[in-house]
Amino acid sequence: MKTYDIVIIGGGPAGLSAAVSAKKSGTDSILILERDKELGGILNQCIHNGFGLHTFKEELTGPEYAGRFIEQVKELQIEYKLHTMVMDISSDKVVTAMNSTDGLFEIRAGAVILAMGCRERSRGALNIPGYRPAGIFSAGTAQRLVNMEGYLPGRKVVILGSGDIGLIMARRMTLEGAQVQVVAELMPYSGGLKRNIVQCLDDYGIPLKLSHTVVEIRGKERVEGITLAQVDEKGRPIAGTEEEYECDTLLLSVGLIPENELSSGMGVELSRVTSGPVVNEGLETNIEGVFACGNVLHVHDLVDFVSEEAAAAGRNAARYVQEAGRRKGEGPDAAAERAHYGAQADRRNSVEQGENDLCKAAGRTVEIRAVDGVRYTVPSRINAERMEDIQTVRFRVGGVYKNCFVSVYLDEVRILHRKRPVMAPGEMEEVKLKREELLRHPDLKAITVKVEEV
Amino acid sequence: MGKRELICIGCPMGCPVTVEMKGDEIVSVSGNTCPRGDTYARKEVTNPTRIVTSTVKVEGGFVEMISVKTKEDIPKDKIFDCVRALKGVTVKAPVHIGDVILANVAGTGVDVVATRNA
Amino acid sequence: MYDVIIIGAGVSGCASARELSKYRAKVCVLEKAEDVCCGTSKANSAIAHAGYDAPAGSLMAKLNVQGNQMMERLSQELDFAFQQIGSLVICRDREEMPNLQALYDRGVANGVEGLRIVEQEELRRMEPNISEDAVAALYAPTAGIVCPFGMNIAFAENAAANGVTFQFDTEVQDIRRTERGWLIETDQGPFEAKCVVNAAGVYADAIHNMVSEQKIRITPRRGDYCLLDKSAGSHVSRVIFALPGKYGKGVLVTPTVHGNLLIGPTAIDTEDKEGINTTRAGLDQVLEKAGENVKDLPMRSVITSFAGLRAHEEHHEFRIGEVEDAAGFVDCVGIESPGLTASPAIGVMVAGIVCKILRLEENPAFVGTRKGIVNPQELSMEERRQLIRENPAYGNIICRCEMVTEGEILDAIRRPLGARSLDGVKRRTRAGMGRCQAGFCSPRVMEILARECGKSIREITKAGGASKIVVGVNKDVL
Repeated sequence: MKTYDIVIIGGGPAGLSAAVSAKKSGTDSILILERDKELGGILNQCIHNGFGLHTFKEELTGPEYAGRFIEQVKELQIEYKLHTMVMDISSDKVVTAMNSTDGLFEIRAGAVILAMGCRERSRGALNIPGYRPAGIFSAGTAQRLVNMEGYLPGRKVVILGSGDIGLIMARRMTLEGAQVQVVAELMPYSGGLKRNIVQCLDDYGIPLKLSHTVVEIRGKERVEGITLAQVDEKGRPIAGTEEEYECDTLLLSVGLIPENELSSGMGVELSRVTSGPVVNEGLETNIEGVFACGNVLHVHDLVDFVSEEAAAAGRNAARYVQEAGRRKGEGPDAAAERAHYGAQADRRNSVEQGENDLCKAAGRTVEIRAVDGVRYTVPSRINAERMEDIQTVRFRVGGVYKNCFVSVYLDEVRILHRKRPVMAPGEMEEVKLKREELLRHPDLKAITVKVEEV
Repeated sequence: MGKRELICIGCPMGCPVTVEMKGDEIVSVSGNTCPRGDTYARKEVTNPTRIVTSTVKVEGGFVEMISVKTKEDIPKDKIFDCVRALKGVTVKAPVHIGDVILANVAGTGVDVVATRNA
Repeated sequence: MYDVIIIGAGVSGCASARELSKYRAKVCVLEKAEDVCCGTSKANSAIAHAGYDAPAGSLMAKLNVQGNQMMERLSQELDFAFQQIGSLVICRDREEMPNLQALYDRGVANGVEGLRIVEQEELRRMEPNISEDAVAALYAPTAGIVCPFGMNIAFAENAAANGVTFQFDTEVQDIRRTERGWLIETDQGPFEAKCVVNAAGVYADAIHNMVSEQKIRITPRRGDYCLLDKSAGSHVSRVIFALPGKYGKGVLVTPTVHGNLLIGPTAIDTEDKEGINTTRAGLDQVLEKAGENVKDLPMRSVITSFAGLRAHEEHHEFRIGEVEDAAGFVDCVGIESPGLTASPAIGVMVAGIVCKILRLEENPAFVGTRKGIVNPQELSMEERRQLIRENPAYGNIICRCEMVTEGEILDAIRRPLGARSLDGVKRRTRAGMGRCQAGFCSPRVMEILARECGKSIREITKAGGASKIVVGVNKDVL
């Protein structure tokens, strides 16, 4: 069985950035496993611009942004395998993968970085009644067909959901010759970025109907039309508000779900709110040496922040394998080897256990409580001893908040109170915690992040 | 005095920007958090422009299509002229990011360049 | 001139075709859709019923029990998925116990083996997620779950392998008696046969009424279903039925052979023989009623919903036999639940009738077994490695939710009566049936279909006819 210090599952933006950062942090033995025919993940089909302002200080398209990282991966001579599907990861980090040249094979990993991304919610998840004709696409599938393969999925289009992919596709399909009639959004606010409403809908005169949903799909073979209705505050259609639209295509942009089948299969604890792993300050899951980053951890709006988060996961994974190696006075490769030989590990168990306890004693882990409008935080627990000097804590709010404050409390002490003109569920927020400051509270019980009116 | 309320598209923050106008003249720009917002707002009320992204066919590559963009923003009212000009354009592999696919698209003086390799 | 033409390539038609291929006869199946298993047979509860439901002495009861008994062996011979997991009819009210007892008695009269009534405590042990107010249940160990597509396709492929012809995209427009038998007018031209089998599902009345003065009426009875993710697949481990009673007819909750959880159906009579549209009211009813007998159903895990039409005949009985005023025309109509279970026995019965009419001889060349598409997930690591060495396409995953490989999809397309559409591939391999509902794999399956069938991507359909997936190329109308 081949052994790598770090195996990265997924060669999209998260996986690439994690790989680059792990390599730069001094770990050489890295393998990226990617199921598609090229690196870059979903960025390859996101041909619109607007990526990279934060990371590269210029505005790039998705493939260009991916290209920058792919170049680094190649320059740093990081190994990767394409066309390779990871079938299973065991709790002791044996990765089973498959492709048509190597067949079904196993790899032993010292650390695993989960970077599988997310998938789109389908029509089924919404349980929209009606027929099941051709012409119903998730926005991402349509994006792939148009941008990668050059095919138009339809000529007269209705879009349900104002997530960014839906908005972007409204413009894309318009520019390729389709007629986008309306974008309907169940919520009273858009799920996408404001700038996308301006440049993808307003620019082309495409109406956005908030608090609306599709209540019927017509057409037995191919979509022939849909019915929109307004919804009440509980999201239920209001009788009498139905409007019929003639169309041959319904695009759905109704949410993304982190793709965690592999994670749950190996025993990673998942959050009910994010559907992603529960992680600590090192973006490490409940399984030691298993890290998560990018959309598999929680769905992001901006790839720049995916890259930033994944770089942290890469650094931490590198630190993990290096520490594991040092603890035993071995090279990191050997450490990975050891992690898998139960018998040998047993022999050293008492020593190792003692050291783990020491580690834990060196700093306590405290929970980050997400309350009062804050739906979740990533990470959701922090060990001040182990954290980096500045820790970014990302979160989303549960509704639209205007002229409110984001506050952070260390137990009862408010250490941050930042005014935010507008916050909405569609836009990820962040606060930064300073290690120095946390260390000044040795008896800290909980960190609280909340939205406050004043 | 007229007022134009805009959402800046310069970055994902989407700042609400107010432009005060006196006739065709800009009196003030407010609400932006960075100079990019000021530039955007001034342009948007006088000569709005956009980057256009699209695809063209590629022959002999390992993909069917390559993505392209206008190297700089072009006048908003030239967007459809730009995509129409790209209709039927086919390039031969190899193509590299940044290669000019169509020079001076729709008379804008701006080149359309490849945004992926093939 | 055929000896026999069967109208309809659903499960009864294909079971009949396969049974008839045991005889020396020229048999043809006419199907209006582009594939087998496109009507009632594809959208139902996928249950092998034990046989206690149908009235004692009815043909329905007899064929149900027979079909159930044939299922295990047939699933091995024809290589389709069948699991005899047993069923429970849940009684939630002591006052309804006589109804449960009556069901037991009827089952015994119908010849159902192994029936017994289980009390609360045992029931809880068997099914921890059963509703708190369940007091007892009728346990039928012979009930099971089956892959409806798998069984239908297996019948068809085995029939084809034994010489039966299939004509797809062929809709019957009229049937006339001739001196030698029957002339069937279709949108693809005329077909002639000595004997005709009417296995046209919800259209069986229209077909029957073309030849007989004794008119019949089939009412399409719609059933809405919800399918839940595999993560919910082990919520119950048997088929859970509601006891029909004062709460009306409840819905069933069952694992599927693919590991999902299926809940449904409703029962809504409609006029439209193509009316397979789910409705809000129907889906709401399914979700609500499913929770009556099974607690804590993870409704958030619904991955799709669908509806099927049962071919309901007014007497609620299978009508199988030569039509009185139409010699050589054999009806196989009113095949509603438990039609899927009964289909093996229906096939035998239909073949028997036809055989008698035409005095057919046995076909000594008949081969009764068929190999299905290999499911690599059922192989050991080593077997799987070997498979990939022999054919690397088995190392290439196309549908990531169901982990379906290119090798399986190629087999589905290349085998006799192979798939020609996304749905055809889906029914044969499960590609697109998983939690992302084909979002990821459909462009890839389209590419494989186009390559294999020598078509352009633009010609690829979801399910034949006008169900094209893409309508043009970028900028074509600019």
